[in-house]
Amino acid sequence: MSFFSAASTFRPTRMIRSALLASVVAMTGLAGSPAAAQEIRAVMHSGIRVLDPVITTAHITRNHGYMIYDTLLGMDESLKPQPQMASWEISDDKLTYSFTLRDGLKWHDGAPVTAADVVASLKRWGERDGGAQMMFKYVASLEAKDDKTAVLTLSEPFSYVLELIAKPSGLPSFIMPERVAQTPSGEAITDYTGSGPFTFVEAEFEPGVRAVYDKNPDYVPRDEAPSWTAGGKVVNVDRVTWVVMPDAQTAVNAINGGEIDYIEQTPTDLLPLLQGNPELTVMTLADYGYQTMGRLNWLYPPFDNVEIRRAAMAALGQDPILAALVGNPEYQDTCGSMYGCNTPFATEAGDELIMKGPQPEVAKKMLDEAGYDGTPVVLMQPTDVGSVGPQPVVAAQLLRQAGFTVDMQPMDWQTLVTRRASQAAPADGGWNMFFTNWIIPEVWSPLNNPMLNGGGKEAAWFGWPDDPKLEELRVAFAKAGDEAERKKIAEDIQAHAYDVVNYIPVGEYRIPTTISNKLTEIMKMPVPVFWNVQKTD
Amino acid sequence: MLAYIFRRVLASVPVLIVVALFVFLLLRLTPGDPAAIIAGDMATPEQLAQIRQSLGLNEPLVTQFITWSGQLLSGDFGRSLISRTPVLTLIGQRLEPTLSLALVTMVITLLLSIPMGVLAAWRHGTLTDNVIMAISVLGFSIPVFVTGYIFIQIFAIDLKLLPVQGFKSIFDGVGPFLARIILPAFTLATIYIALIARMTRAAMLDVLDEDYVRTARAKGLSERIVLFRHALRNAAVPILTVVGTGFALMISGVVVTESVFNIPGLGRLTVDAILARDYPVIQALILLTSGIYVVINLLIDISYAFMDPRIRY
Repeated sequence: MSFFSAASTFRPTRMIRSALLASVVAMTGLAGSPAAAQEIRAVMHSGIRVLDPVITTAHITRNHGYMIYDTLLGMDESLKPQPQMASWEISDDKLTYSFTLRDGLKWHDGAPVTAADVVASLKRWGERDGGAQMMFKYVASLEAKDDKTAVLTLSEPFSYVLELIAKPSGLPSFIMPERVAQTPSGEAITDYTGSGPFTFVEAEFEPGVRAVYDKNPDYVPRDEAPSWTAGGKVVNVDRVTWVVMPDAQTAVNAINGGEIDYIEQTPTDLLPLLQGNPELTVMTLADYGYQTMGRLNWLYPPFDNVEIRRAAMAALGQDPILAALVGNPEYQDTCGSMYGCNTPFATEAGDELIMKGPQPEVAKKMLDEAGYDGTPVVLMQPTDVGSVGPQPVVAAQLLRQAGFTVDMQPMDWQTLVTRRASQAAPADGGWNMFFTNWIIPEVWSPLNNPMLNGGGKEAAWFGWPDDPKLEELRVAFAKAGDEAERKKIAEDIQAHAYDVVNYIPVGEYRIPTTISNKLTEIMKMPVPVFWNVQKTD
Repeated sequence: MLAYIFRRVLASVPVLIVVALFVFLLLRLTPGDPAAIIAGDMATPEQLAQIRQSLGLNEPLVTQFITWSGQLLSGDFGRSLISRTPVLTLIGQRLEPTLSLALVTMVITLLLSIPMGVLAAWRHGTLTDNVIMAISVLGFSIPVFVTGYIFIQIFAIDLKLLPVQGFKSIFDGVGPFLARIILPAFTLATIYIALIARMTRAAMLDVLDEDYVRTARAKGLSERIVLFRHALRNAAVPILTVVGTGFALMISGVVVTESVFNIPGLGRLTVDAILARDYPVIQALILLTSGIYVVINLLIDISYAFMDPRIRY
C-alpha cells in the first residue's frame, strides 16, 4: 500500500480515542504509578537554627547531628560503648587506642571516610566538650596511621576514653569530613556533609519553620540489632520532616487530625486530649528523663558561706518543686543521686538533707547558727521557658519560709543565660541562684556532669565552686583501674558535693512523646532518632 | 501630586535613619548575648569570646554600626547570627505567608465590616444597631487565640471541614491555599471587623445628618444609593486611615495567630529573633516594618485625594 493510499484510510478519530484512553489510564493510575514516598512529619521540642552539633549543646542540634552524622562508637542500652563507625583495640599498657574504620563508609558526596576525618573531628570535639577537654590533657598524640586507622596515644592511663567518645549526649563526638572539622571550634560549620543514615536537604531548610532529611541510599548499616546509638541504623522511610509548631495546643490538634505523626515532647496537661484517640500512643521514650537542679553562686554572700548553702538545701524539697513543674506522678520522681537514679553510678551518699526537705525549721536554725544577716538572695526566674519557670517561684517561697530574704527577678531565658555568665556582684548585675535541667545521660558520671567541677572562677561551670578536693576526686575517677573503684570514687564525689552543696538536685521528670500508630519500631532511648522506625499507611 | 509623593519619600529617609540608629542601640544595650545562645550551656568564657569575635560582636559599637550601615546601603542585610542564613532569605521565606494572611483577612474584613457599619448607622438606636455593636465589642474583647481555638475545634476537629494548621502557597493550588488560610483569616478578621465596623458607623453618623444627604433623599434616590454612593464616600477618609493602619499591623506581625495556626510569618520570625537576640534579623525587620508604615501612610494620604476631591496636594 502506498503512503497516499494508507493516508486515505487514516481515521483521526481512532487516534483521538486512543489518546483519550491513554490519558484516562494515566490519570487513574491503572497503568501503574510509582509508590508515594513515605514521610514522617515530626514536631520536635524546638525549631533548629544552629546546625553545628559541636559548637552548641542545644538538644535539637544534637538530634540533627544524629540524623546526618555517624559516631565512631555508639552506646548501647546497657550503657556500654560499642563499635559503630570503628572497632577498637587497646594496648596492654592501656595507653594506646587504635580505632579501625569498617568498610563501606562514605560521605554524602560519595568520598570515602578516612582516619584523617576521624582525627580532625575528635580534635575539634575535644576543644569543646568538658569531659573531652579533661581527656585531652592526657592525650600525647592523635594521628591517622593509615586511611582506615586512627591511633590515640595517652601519656598516662585515663580509663574513660571509650565512654566519653561513645556518650550519647552533651556533645556527642560526631565525625565530619576533615575539611569541615578543620573549622575553628569557635565558628559554626557551613558544610553539612555527613556520613549518617540521612542527608540534610539544605534547599528546603527554613530556620524556625522546617528541616528536611532524606534517606541516605548509600548508608551501610551495621549488622547488629539497633540498641541506643549502637548497632544497625536502618532507615525504613524516605523522608523525615521536622515541622516547627511553637504552640503545643496546635501540635496536639494536628496529631489528633492526622496532619503530623510525632510530637517529641507533649505537655502533661494536654495529655487528656490525646489519650482518648485510638490512633495515637503516648509513651515515654527516654526512661532516664531529666534532672532539675538549683545552682548557687559561690562567689558572693550569702552563698559564699557553706553553712548558708546547707541551710538553703534544707529549706528546699523535691516534692513541692516537682508538683509545680510536672504535677503528674506518672512522670516525676524524687531522686537524691546527682548521677540520676537507676544509672551505673547512682548512689544515695550525702542526700539526706534534700530528701527530707522541705525543713523550714531546721533551715532557720542553720541560718541563725551561720550568722545570716539578711543579705538578699537574687534568684533569677525565666518567664519564657516552661521547663525552668516554676522552680524559682516555689523555691523563693520555701526559702522565705526558712528565713531567707529573696529577690526573685523575672527575665527571659536569653537575659538569664547572659547574666549567669557574669561574675559581678548580684547588686551589679550578677546573681545568687538559678535553676536549670539536664537529661540524665549528661550528668550520670562525674566526668559527664558539668556541675561537678571545682575549678573555681577560671574553670568551673556557672556558680564557680572553688573546690580542689572535688578536682582531686575527679582525676582519681578518670584514672581508676576498674568499675568497682570508679563506683566508690563516684560515691565519694557525691558525698563531698552534697557536703559543700555544689548544687541542689530537686527531682527527676520525664516528658511523654505522642506517636501515631502508623509508626512502629520506635527506638526507646534518651535521644529521639528516626532510624529503625517503620510507617504503615 | 508627584511632587507631593517625592517630598514624602524624601522625608521618610531621615525617619528610617533614626529608626535604624535607635533599634541598633536599643538592641545592644538590652541584656542578652547571642553568642551564649549559639554556644549553649557548657561554653567557657574563652569560647564565648571566640564566637563573638567570629560574629564581629566584640567590635566597638561605632564600628559595628558603620559596618552594618555600609552593608545596608549596598543592599546586604547580613546573616542571621544564629542560623547564618542571609537575612533577606529569611524574610523572603516568611513574606508570602504574611502577605497572604493580611490580604485575605483584609478582604474578609472589608466585605463584612463596611456593610455592618453602614447598617448600624442607618438603623441607629434600633435593635439592629445594638446587635452589631455588641458583636463589635465581642470581636475586640475576645483574645484572638481563643477565637482561633474555637474555630479550630468546630471546623477542623468536630466537622473535619478544614485542616487544623499550616500554610500552602497559592502557587501549589488555590484549593489547598484557601483551605488553610480561611480559618486564620477569619480569626484575625474578628478584631478588624469589630474596629472598622465601629469606625464606619461613627463616620456615617457624622455625615447622615448633612444637608446633601437630606437633599439626595428628597430627590428620591434609593436608600442604597444615598448610603453607599453619597454618605459612605464622604465618610471614607477616617475609615481608610484605620484600614491602612490595620493592614500595616498585620504585615508587621500577628504572632499569636501565626502560632495558633502554625503559619510561618514575619510575626514569628520577629519574636524568635528577639528571644535569640539575633541582631541582624531584628534590625532588618524593624526597618522593613518602618518602611511598610511609611509606604502605607503615603498610600492612604494619596487615596484621600481620590475619595475627597477637595483634598489636593
